[in-house]
Amino acid sequence: MATVAAVIASTHHPFYYRASTSSGPERPPFADEWVAKIEAFRETLTRARPNVLVMVGSDHFHQLWLDNMPQFLVGKAPYFDANWHNEEREFGLPRMTLRGQEDLSAHILRNGLDADFDLAFSNELRIDHSITCPIITLRPQADLPIVPVYTNIFAPPLPQPKRFVQLGRAIRSMVESWPEDKRVAIIGTGHLSLELGGPRQFGEHGPDPEFDRKAVDWIASGDIEGCLAEVTLDSLHRPGNATHGFMDFMLMMGVAGDGAKADHVDSLDLFHTMEAYFTWYPDGVPA
Amino acid sequence: MSKYLLGKFLYTVDRDPELVERYREDPAGTVDWWERELANKILNCTAQERSTWLEFTEEERRALRAQDHVALFEMGAHPFLTLTLFIAMFERDHGPLEYQKAYGAALKDMSLPYPDIAT
Repeated sequence: MATVAAVIASTHHPFYYRASTSSGPERPPFADEWVAKIEAFRETLTRARPNVLVMVGSDHFHQLWLDNMPQFLVGKAPYFDANWHNEEREFGLPRMTLRGQEDLSAHILRNGLDADFDLAFSNELRIDHSITCPIITLRPQADLPIVPVYTNIFAPPLPQPKRFVQLGRAIRSMVESWPEDKRVAIIGTGHLSLELGGPRQFGEHGPDPEFDRKAVDWIASGDIEGCLAEVTLDSLHRPGNATHGFMDFMLMMGVAGDGAKADHVDSLDLFHTMEAYFTWYPDGVPA
Repeated sequence: MSKYLLGKFLYTVDRDPELVERYREDPAGTVDWWERELANKILNCTAQERSTWLEFTEEERRALRAQDHVALFEMGAHPFLTLTLFIAMFERDHGPLEYQKAYGAALKDMSLPYPDIAT
């Protein structure tokens, strides 16, 4: 059976690539601290020695559109091309091609359907920065096969927060029942408080630092119950109009498990949004 | 009112570099052409299999022709789509983050709850 080598939850900041690769006057003052935090975060994946990555993210109206919008979708293909013209244009992100782990995709689709998750699938999926940002930060050599899982945090009506948690628990159990002797890291990215295209965007901090502090505590301590008691589809409008991306963190809390304390917790208060990084080792911290 | 069609305009223009430039240079002409030619194109179908019923209201046409992102926000157009396209068109005329901050400042009178973006 497969082993869950690491569970990783992270924000996905599309500006990291440009900030970390720029030099001279182009390099922002916070870049060095950011890079140091990311390199420490990257080490938490490296030391888990993964063979396969399950990558949870959310398409930002790139391939998935309102004429045919899935709530939860699993990519099943031998390859996934990545990043889109408007991500190159706005963030300077590079084009990439990642290998797919098709048999694990098939396993998750079959067992997810049988566990009452009516998962959509795609056999030709071009993935976006919600998945490539963590590749760039955590595995820049982009050498491992992936299973992309997309959630709808973007185009209402959205699934309830508890559904994200439930899917996370199911993904954990489905990876553990995959009959291959592989080490799988499950990685998901979302947001803390975030405003896009509204009056609170691009401020000195994220739009709601108090929500961010609370959110980091919920995630770091695995307090799923406390989080679900406070977070609703309605309440997520208050911290910022794009804060529904926090539900991908809730999915990852479901993967990590109730009461699971993260082995690595870090954050960085940036303009516009707070960055946050979490790693759990279900089988104990690797040597 | 069709939040869906507003979104479809923003989405299809944003992903096409030529249309981004055309909308920047000739907003009214691009909106009129787009509504005539593309509003009823089903994106994943051949040209013959068109929809028959999609059109803007006069208010929506006005907001798109005027590139009025505040009005689009008030009408419930998806803020991510509007922001992404408007950054593509106008960031180049400003210093770093200057446009993004001004874009937010223009929306300062908006308070919670924001207009519903569900389609």
